Amino acid sequence: MEQTQFLSTIAARLQRTANTTERPIKNWQHRPNAQHDARMTNDDLLTTFKEQCTRIHTDVVEATRGTLQQEVAQVIKNYGGPVSVWDDARFETYGLTPLLMQTLPQHDIAVYTWSNEKSREQNFAEANISRVGLVFSEYALAESGTVVLYSAEGAGKAVGLLPHAFVAIIPKSSLLLRMTQLSQLFRQRVEAGELLPHAIDYVSGPSNSADIEMKLVVGVHGPVEATYIVLTDC
Amino acid sequence: MAIQFNEHHFNDNVEKNVHNDFMRGAVASAQDHLYTKRLDAVEELGDWEQWRNHAQEIRQHVLEHLDYYLHELAINVEKAGGHVYFAHDANEANAYIRDVVRQKNAKKIVKSKSMVTEEISLNDALEAEGCQVLETDLGEYILQLEGDKPSHIVAPSLHKNKDQIKEVFVEKLGYDEQNTSEAGELARYVREILRDEFLAADVGVTGCNFAVADSGSICLVTNEGNAGLVTTIPKTHIAVMGMERLVPSMEELEVLVTMLTRSAVGQKLSSYVNIVTGPKHAQEVDGPEDFHVVVLDNGRSSILGGDFEEVLQCIRCGACVNTCPVYRHIGGHSYNSIYSGPIGAVLTPLLAGYDDYKELPYASSLCGACTEVCPVKIPLHELLLKHRQVIVEEEGRAPVSESAMMKLFEFGASRSPLYRFGTKVAAKAIKPFAKDDMISKGPGPLKTWTNVRDFPAPKEQRLRDWFETRDKGGNV
Repeated sequence: MEQTQFLSTIAARLQRTANTTERPIKNWQHRPNAQHDARMTNDDLLTTFKEQCTRIHTDVVEATRGTLQQEVAQVIKNYGGPVSVWDDARFETYGLTPLLMQTLPQHDIAVYTWSNEKSREQNFAEANISRVGLVFSEYALAESGTVVLYSAEGAGKAVGLLPHAFVAIIPKSSLLLRMTQLSQLFRQRVEAGELLPHAIDYVSGPSNSADIEMKLVVGVHGPVEATYIVLTDC
Repeated sequence: MAIQFNEHHFNDNVEKNVHNDFMRGAVASAQDHLYTKRLDAVEELGDWEQWRNHAQEIRQHVLEHLDYYLHELAINVEKAGGHVYFAHDANEANAYIRDVVRQKNAKKIVKSKSMVTEEISLNDALEAEGCQVLETDLGEYILQLEGDKPSHIVAPSLHKNKDQIKEVFVEKLGYDEQNTSEAGELARYVREILRDEFLAADVGVTGCNFAVADSGSICLVTNEGNAGLVTTIPKTHIAVMGMERLVPSMEELEVLVTMLTRSAVGQKLSSYVNIVTGPKHAQEVDGPEDFHVVVLDNGRSSILGGDFEEVLQCIRCGACVNTCPVYRHIGGHSYNSIYSGPIGAVLTPLLAGYDDYKELPYASSLCGACTEVCPVKIPLHELLLKHRQVIVEEEGRAPVSESAMMKLFEFGASRSPLYRFGTKVAAKAIKPFAKDDMISKGPGPLKTWTNVRDFPAPKEQRLRDWFETRDKGGNV
């Protein structure tokens, strides 16, 4: 059906002609979310975040830049290999390259780096056999224990979905209370004419379902386990 | 599957389901569980009434300016590299999707849970093309295996127990009879099977919890991770949305997602909230190369601007279903519609007509619990009452015995001597049918009433007699 006709039908029901030019004014009478913009310190946010993670079957590990390599190695050792990672400059920034490129392979834990020089199928196959998918979170939401992932050139979405365990590295400074604060940022980016990433994924722990007799099953189509590694000095 | 499941009369469906003890137990325990979880989430958020007011004003604002926001959405989906198709009805929507599937020469299609694609029978349309269509939501997958129907808008397989599910798996999937019927084991078995299907799929089809007009995004809210896979692995993604399911910007999206996850299952946020904007960017490896949004009317525009417009505020959380005492007893299948519970009783007759659904607005005690829990403040029980009014006054479809009784009452009550005589003899005439001042098996037109509830027997002393003798020290 023609868009014009579709919209005219709607306008007719609203007893006017179709408006496609004049932006409606949003005159909200209620702003409950504004009150949620509480001034919590990063420490408060981290406490809330950790508490919520205990409810969503997600482990939280705290690390500093100095201990990150060791903590990541421990998490990977617990889950086992292979490991899939993004092609992301932050691994170098945070000093994880030696671990991923040398130490783990030396210990027979294969590390696959997502690559746009390989086919979709090849990338999927590698992620699918991985025990661990290691990614970076752009923002984290304390209230719901959520990490926010952006799709990008080296940041395959499948790395966060196909492996058995989901591991995300979170700079403490990226903690926000809830979706409210982040949505304001997105709205501003859109208003400035920016195109959003193709995928913005809010992930709160491992996948789960209660479709069989309302019994919670953790680990359905996506990851079965999840660990967040919080960088407390970043 | 269209909206309707079968051609049986409402009473026959109820009669069948009301004797399903497992289903009734499952529904009751699910309602209790979800109700408590919802209350906890509501309390934790605080200021719930303000949130409801805000969610309501957002939904009403969008409906009032639906043409503008749909136009804006279309521009921005295209700006992001996607395609938008406006479908007047199910046929147009299915034909468009079929064309996309044909162009891609697609054979395997994976879907995440979507009520709107159930509404238009998309699976049938694609299967007729020779495609294999797989539901990937665990509950929907279980139902699809044996051609069963959803009984709840959020938990579609609520009516089945784990042993029944195991049996289906043994029969249809070769699940080892020696394995248990434990939910985790069953779910993991499906995980293995569907993982291969995801990896081989050509097209992913999703619904759309909300579209965002100013960014051209669509938002999917799930827990199982299947929507993430459906929008990541296949090279083509088709999202189908009811035309009213959109918000102006990410700010309003946040409010409605907050209301949805808390009201549906008492979660602060579901495990996955995927916001998809257009196809994948040029240098990215995964995500769809081709992205389509199908905007569906299918009867919604005729609800807009009318007495039932508020039903279009619905965000499909199922909170009304989880609180309804009638749903608790008769279960989802009795509504004979993919939309069950109070929202189904309001929406189904509007989308599919009164011919098959004139009983649904009466499947309510009008207690108002649904209205009280609705996160977007749809006055559900008032709309049910409005339906009844339309059925009786405009459609002239009241049951014959009710019409006859009303006519008789009108005749008697508008003639003073007759009314006086009638009220005088009523107590005596009805006495043989009464026991302990209540009538359980009424005669003639009263039978319809007493089939479902007792009727109080008329008193010997009429109100007028009492009033006249009141000042004379009469019987008070």
